[in-house]
Amino acid sequence: MAIILDHINYIYDADTAMAHAALSDINLAIPDGQFIGLIGHTGSGKSTLIQHLNGLVKPTSGNVYYNGKDINDPDFNKKELRAKVGLVFQYPEHQLFETDCFADVCFGPKNLGLDKKEVELRAYEALKMVGLPDEYFYQSPFDLSGGQKRRVAIAGVIAMKPEVLILDEPTAGLDPKGRDEILDLITSLHDKMGITVVLVSHSMEDVANYVERIIVMNKGKVMFDDLPKNVFAHYKELEEVGLAAPQVTYVMQELAAAGIPVTTDATTIEEARTEILKDFNK
Amino acid sequence: MLRDITLGQYYQTDSIIHKLDPRVKIVTTLMFIVSLFIVDNFIGYIIAALFLIMEIKLSKVPVKFIFKGMKSIFFLLMITMLFNLFLTPGEAIIQIWKLTITREGLILAIRMGIRLIFLITGSSIMTLTTTPNNLTDGLEKLMNPLKKVHVPVHEISMMMSIALRFIPILLEETDKIMKAQIARGADFESGSIMKRAKALVPLLVPLFISAFRRANDLAMAMEARCYRGGDGRTKMKPLIYQKRDYIAYAVVLLYIVLCIVIGRILL
Repeated sequence: MAIILDHINYIYDADTAMAHAALSDINLAIPDGQFIGLIGHTGSGKSTLIQHLNGLVKPTSGNVYYNGKDINDPDFNKKELRAKVGLVFQYPEHQLFETDCFADVCFGPKNLGLDKKEVELRAYEALKMVGLPDEYFYQSPFDLSGGQKRRVAIAGVIAMKPEVLILDEPTAGLDPKGRDEILDLITSLHDKMGITVVLVSHSMEDVANYVERIIVMNKGKVMFDDLPKNVFAHYKELEEVGLAAPQVTYVMQELAAAGIPVTTDATTIEEARTEILKDFNK
Repeated sequence: MLRDITLGQYYQTDSIIHKLDPRVKIVTTLMFIVSLFIVDNFIGYIIAALFLIMEIKLSKVPVKFIFKGMKSIFFLLMITMLFNLFLTPGEAIIQIWKLTITREGLILAIRMGIRLIFLITGSSIMTLTTTPNNLTDGLEKLMNPLKKVHVPVHEISMMMSIALRFIPILLEETDKIMKAQIARGADFESGSIMKRAKALVPLLVPLFISAFRRANDLAMAMEARCYRGGDGRTKMKPLIYQKRDYIAYAVVLLYIVLCIVIGRILL
């Protein structure tokens, strides 16, 4: 078991008039190697939740365990934890600062106290892994396109060789092509490196094709935590909290309602096609 | 961490003080500060304290919230008081090693402390009950006569309101950037001064870039809406004195007269 959240509560601005609960009684287990989608509306507490996973935020009450150790224990080495649990924030502009991309990716491993050779090797590997074209390596990160900036930001975290990679809205502000490229990249990182990935998003459509488990957050609580197809079966409840199941779910539900004998748990277009063709070919 | 700064913050609630015209609040706060330097006996301070208590009660701002902002200036207050306590010549009452506390010093230190605390409480009530926009609106209107001597009053107040508006945004951004860099193993808290100064680079570069980008976007958005400065500009909510504003002026005037009579003439 990699990460366990045990009765986590978090209150913003505690003891002031503006106090409000961002998280209430969160219990989750994130085992090694899983590919998880964390979905929720703006303000549902998903960003606050992921900041608990690498100790950036301390819970008001409750415990976070990483490999069986309490991360908020005073003796716990948080710097090491942050190398193991890599967190990529929503806006790459918040972390890029060096004069060229390569130097920027070196920042993380350098902070781990590695020697120069190892740092540069890791930076090179990471940039290769995220598929940044070679000619951009020594360019200013600020001259890159949104999608390329995001690749550099992800590389900056991967270079620390994390065991868990958390990405906060990695597709925000990208066009459909850029979005698919980043999602494909994340999937390949999960498959090649065998790391745990937590993908935070507000779009079901984005994650449905990729993840093996979906956690839905609403008003600081975990609303659903299940396989994608089981979560999407609750599409009516999802709509009530301002989320939506993928379009495929709606198509299948309507087909079934129209009396065509298809199962409704297809989550990707591929699955839906096979399902419909099966009926068609009979 | 950065959220704890309350000096100059606005506290949202509905009270008579919140509703007052910002000009009233600026002028009367200045008058209150002057009054603190008019009175120099303890009866005068009691009157000032009663006035402050009345103001706090009327403003409905929790007392705890007002004094939270005080923490940040505690050191300044302590240093001022200590200097006065030890360095005023006069009749000695206690002598510890080379340091002498004099009667005059003691009185001066207490007086200084009271004045500073009252001064800060008085002005924080103003900022706590007035939104930054309102405050600059009030300042603009108050400075209006200076237009005659070609002072760009509108531009100054526009710059001030933009600056004030951006403080919370930039604070929040600093917080986010800090977190993003800490997640990459950055260390802002330990090491020598040189090391710490160097550690600020990954924080300051993204912050400056984002500040410039925001400034650029804002300038663009203002131009797109044909902003062209203050000439002939009207306001959606023009400042007009109400009955309550005149009452407030009268109350403060009465207080000042009382201060002068008791503080200067009677004793």
